[in-house]
Amino acid sequence: MKKFRLLISVLILFAVILGACQAQEPAMEEKELFRVAVVMPSAINDLAFSQSMYDALLVIQTEMGGAEAMEIVYSDGMFVVDDAAAAIRDYATEGFDLVIAHGSQYGSSLQEIAPDFPETSFAWGTTVDTFGIDNIFAYEAASHEGGYVNGVIAASLSESGVLGVVGPIETGDAKLYVDGFVAGAKATNPDVQVNVNYIGSFSDVALASEAANTHVAAGADGLTGTAQMVVGAIGVAEESGAMWFGTQSSQTELAPSVVVANQVYRWDVVLNEIIDLMDEGTLGGKSFVIGLANGGEVMDFNEAYELPEDVKSLAMDTVDGIIDGTITINLGE
Amino acid sequence: MISDLFSMTVLIGILASGIRLATPYLYAAIGETFGQRSGVLNLGVDGQMLLGAFTAFYVAIKTGNLWLGILAAMIVGALMGLAMAFVTVNLHAEQGISGIGFYLFGLGLSDLLFQKLLGTVETVKGFPKVDIPFLSDLPVVGEIFFRQNILVYIAFALVPIAWFILNKTTLGLKIKAVGENPEAADSLGVSIARIRYFTIILGGTLSGVAGASMSIALLNVFQQNMTSGLGFIAVALVYFGAWRPWGVLGGALLFSLVNSLQLWIQVLGIPVPSDIAVMMPYILTILVLVATVSRVRAPSALTKPFERGD
Repeated sequence: MKKFRLLISVLILFAVILGACQAQEPAMEEKELFRVAVVMPSAINDLAFSQSMYDALLVIQTEMGGAEAMEIVYSDGMFVVDDAAAAIRDYATEGFDLVIAHGSQYGSSLQEIAPDFPETSFAWGTTVDTFGIDNIFAYEAASHEGGYVNGVIAASLSESGVLGVVGPIETGDAKLYVDGFVAGAKATNPDVQVNVNYIGSFSDVALASEAANTHVAAGADGLTGTAQMVVGAIGVAEESGAMWFGTQSSQTELAPSVVVANQVYRWDVVLNEIIDLMDEGTLGGKSFVIGLANGGEVMDFNEAYELPEDVKSLAMDTVDGIIDGTITINLGE
Repeated sequence: MISDLFSMTVLIGILASGIRLATPYLYAAIGETFGQRSGVLNLGVDGQMLLGAFTAFYVAIKTGNLWLGILAAMIVGALMGLAMAFVTVNLHAEQGISGIGFYLFGLGLSDLLFQKLLGTVETVKGFPKVDIPFLSDLPVVGEIFFRQNILVYIAFALVPIAWFILNKTTLGLKIKAVGENPEAADSLGVSIARIRYFTIILGGTLSGVAGASMSIALLNVFQQNMTSGLGFIAVALVYFGAWRPWGVLGGALLFSLVNSLQLWIQVLGIPVPSDIAVMMPYILTILVLVATVSRVRAPSALTKPFERGD
């Protein structure tokens, strides 16, 4: 019996070692492989914040030549910051070239971790703060720009003269987007009423749905919002026939009958710049902003929605105006 | 400004919203009430809700049959309840910790299944609003109470049913005995294990329906972590309701109505900072709790595993 047990133990040990060798081999073969890890607070298919980054990484991967050229690894749903910090540290330890902490709440963790891994490049958003640490890049979205455009379109199309905004928490690029939307709407029609409510959460779909119901009951025929909880609000928009304006990712597929336009984040614009800098040996210390000018934010129109020509050209003129500076967005109502 | 709050549209809006918001809390909290009355604290409610929500959504989308979705959610919830019951009753695990474990399991598994089986956020044609004949035509009241969807009606119907079971049946007596004095109950031949298995599985089943009520009735969508901690609030509501179904109803309504109120406050432009508005339901609940603390007494055996001969 003892010999049998010994044999089994040796076999298992052998299998484990073999398995471990298999796992390591690919890493040793492909020295040219560009390895990126990203930590995100919500799901990669949240139709909003996290999806925007994941989609951008996929675009870069295709540009680079596929999975053999670029490895993407992610930890999503990391809304608990300590878990995210552990994941970031793990990825850095495993030797990833670029570790992206996609969430402003990860800042303080990153501040501690980055100095421990001077060979690794870290990227953090949405923010402009690199903490003066030379292997941290920072990225942000000038979401008020596309917000402004959405506001212009919404105010032009609204028949009731009332618009509704469902916001998550009044902070960061969420607040920027909301303020931009309000500014755009008011600039187009000073009499338009834009009601805003913040639900205090990025993920509470039920509350977002009721927030949207509130707007509809208050007479809104155009709705917008930001963060992944908006799927609740989009459902209400579709049910009541109100127009929907999206941001961060294209939300058209969720309600093709009512989505008019989306401000789509193209983080790959920033990622490309970061990768170029990394190739030159700079691992951080710079911050980036995506906006309409550099193509980091793109206005994406729903083909299925019948947008009147004059409104569409007004929207495109607004985009041009923001890019060349003739339109200034007055935030803070 | 503030006077706008008292217009008919707004009042109806607040009440109707509050009733919809309260629905998942009711299912989850009534289920948890049974469990806690029998002495078991289940913190895994949120995880059960998420798995129930996903299961109902997936089954509904694949089969087109909403009731099948509800049934599937009930089964999944019951299975999680079964696991929790085994861990609690047979393994005598620390209930708070095992509950959190189940929460994380439900959260993770629902997300994994969602990504693998569906991959993208989509909508489903959920339970429609059902107008209760005659009653729904009553002015004001009709629109608020009697034009909701069927899962809302069932949630509210659960309250008197739960009250009846707990207070007017032998089963209810046994449940309460097991929660207050399991040693005495045991000596009288009541099977502690059987009662606790029943209440925990029932709780799991109802949590599953709570999740389903969100994904295929009220919101018609599934998204990762869509409950956003609702299950934990439901557990707190059991404490708030003094372990009584009507108390739980009161708590769920208070919390939900203040939530819909704060949404309207923001929309009407009443100058309350959004951060304060968002806090209101929680603050008010705490205030009410503080004001009524004297009458509240937990089941004596709550969170204590039972071992014969202790």
